[in-house]
Amino acid sequence: MRCLLVALLVGVAGLPALAGAVHATPPEGMALVRAGRYRPLVETAGGPRTVRVEAFYLGRTAVTNAEYLAFVRARPEWRRSAARPLLAEAGYLRHWAGNLRLGAAAPPRAPVVNVSWFAARAYAAWRGARLPTTDEWEYAASASATQRDGRRDPAFRRALLQWYSRPAPSPLPDVGRGPANVWGVRDLHGLVWEWTSDVTSALVTADSRSSRDADSGLFCAAGAVGAADFEDYAAFLRFGFRSGLEARYVVPNLGFRLARDA
Amino acid sequence: MTRPLRLFLLGACVALSGVIATQTLGCGSAVDDARADDSAISLPEIRGEEVAVLTHAPEVPPVITRDHATRVLVRMETVEVARELDDGVEYTFWTFGGRVPGPFVRVREGDLVAFTLSNAANSTVPHNIDLHAVTGTGGGAAISLVVPGHETTFEFRAIKPGLYVYHCATAPVGLHVANGMYGLILVQPAEGMPPVDREFYVMQSEFYTAGAMGEEGLQAFDLDKAVDEEPEYVVFNGRVGALTGEDALRAEVGETVRLYVGNGGPNLTSSFHVIGEMFDRVYGEGGTRVNQENVQTTIVPAGGSAIVEFLLDAPGRYTLVDHALFRAFNKGAVGILEVTGEERPEIMASTGPARPTAGAASAPPAASPAGDASASASTDESH
Repeated sequence: MRCLLVALLVGVAGLPALAGAVHATPPEGMALVRAGRYRPLVETAGGPRTVRVEAFYLGRTAVTNAEYLAFVRARPEWRRSAARPLLAEAGYLRHWAGNLRLGAAAPPRAPVVNVSWFAARAYAAWRGARLPTTDEWEYAASASATQRDGRRDPAFRRALLQWYSRPAPSPLPDVGRGPANVWGVRDLHGLVWEWTSDVTSALVTADSRSSRDADSGLFCAAGAVGAADFEDYAAFLRFGFRSGLEARYVVPNLGFRLARDA
Repeated sequence: MTRPLRLFLLGACVALSGVIATQTLGCGSAVDDARADDSAISLPEIRGEEVAVLTHAPEVPPVITRDHATRVLVRMETVEVARELDDGVEYTFWTFGGRVPGPFVRVREGDLVAFTLSNAANSTVPHNIDLHAVTGTGGGAAISLVVPGHETTFEFRAIKPGLYVYHCATAPVGLHVANGMYGLILVQPAEGMPPVDREFYVMQSEFYTAGAMGEEGLQAFDLDKAVDEEPEYVVFNGRVGALTGEDALRAEVGETVRLYVGNGGPNLTSSFHVIGEMFDRVYGEGGTRVNQENVQTTIVPAGGSAIVEFLLDAPGRYTLVDHALFRAFNKGAVGILEVTGEERPEIMASTGPARPTAGAASAPPAASPAGDASASASTDESH
């Protein structure tokens, strides 16, 4: 029944009344991202060309140092000196001044970084939320300020690539300063990279030019085969970034935001 | 036994096999011989360990004099850094080792290279390395991807001598290369190379800035220009003027110079030329054989190289250019080799100041009708 409804919704895409069938007020700090279809950058062999993304709530901003501090106060096992190396490698929260002190390199409103996937997941669970899936994240991030899919807009693309033309600032600026996209979500581009729930099942090989890899099921990005859109360089960069990650890694410009089912 | 004969025997063997037992036995050895000829190369024994000397362009590490293979430790860091591309023009380069091009690596044929690639903590993106000197998937790229603040080590055998490009191959590879991620690795042949007096490292590449050439300030990458292969800058060694003025290459008359020339691209093929010199010898495309002598201009493909050698017969200022000339004079692809020493007028000399060509004064201007007195008069005045 549900499948049929989904199929119907797809069939009549563009009818706003049906497409926006979720009415609940978003949880605090979150925005509703309505259901839709999106075309992943990298197509999986034999897989569908587009992916259906159900409606979900997404954090309007990334989780901040101050918010994460509240978490480690409540959960001592996630303090810097206590975190298990298997779950967060050396360097976890290295920009903080101490276990419970942020310091100059970690402004309270700046996004928390140097956190592992395990840590991000634990924080989300503590908040009664979860991490967005890569599909959810990419779907939300393809929205510009005015369109659900801004990826065909050259100005939008140019703005994304501009980020990479600037060295990373230190300390990082506060969250929420970037423009809101059509969903009311900010900073998906231009502040930090973000963990997603399924990031560790890397979708691309480390060598971006190789193509189908029958053995591993990994797929290419910038290669001549497999990519759906050769001009979406920002998306290539994100896929490349994710493919270099392991769940225990911490990275100075990698944070996360929360999601919930709608 | 010559190779064609062996192949003939092998073919005959296949045709006859199973027909006459004795002949089948006989040609078994021919098969083995043929296989031995094509089998995996034998790897020399590794003795000892050393840290590779890495140099920034235009310097080249010293010649390797050891007569055996060793384990060579190479350590490189990827760094994203804003530097000048031209006077007053900044660009956020993605680099190996903080400069463009990346460090020159020199190893010996047969060496086991332990390559550690680290990515600076303040990098925006992950990086990896594909060395064209590596035999195997991705040239090392598949096993060297590092996110910011991390490092990884992989090993490879330098089984084929030659001058090779290395570059970052992380998605999107064109962007990483367009931002400056390339350099050269020389796998010195086991038997060595003929000695020369000076060696230099020169690498051409192009940059696709949002602003037109010369527009000051921090310039962003322009994807459209890169796709259209219309760079604003074509340069040697990473910036306009990297090989001019104070930074010109220097040598003396009577010396033999060897240039290791690479081309990072990402798009353009270089028509590499030194104004006023011929290349006495060219190792075409960076291979191990001198395949031509007395060459005026040699091709250096994107993602490729060439080695050129020449004896300096006369002093002067020799200009390195991409002889696709608008790149040289309008986009920056110019370098200088300053050669000092005794003048050699017997090779080239002026025999006096410029003077009018014979008959120029009396010849009527082409555009004027014959017998037009005023036109003739003005022509005379101009001389």
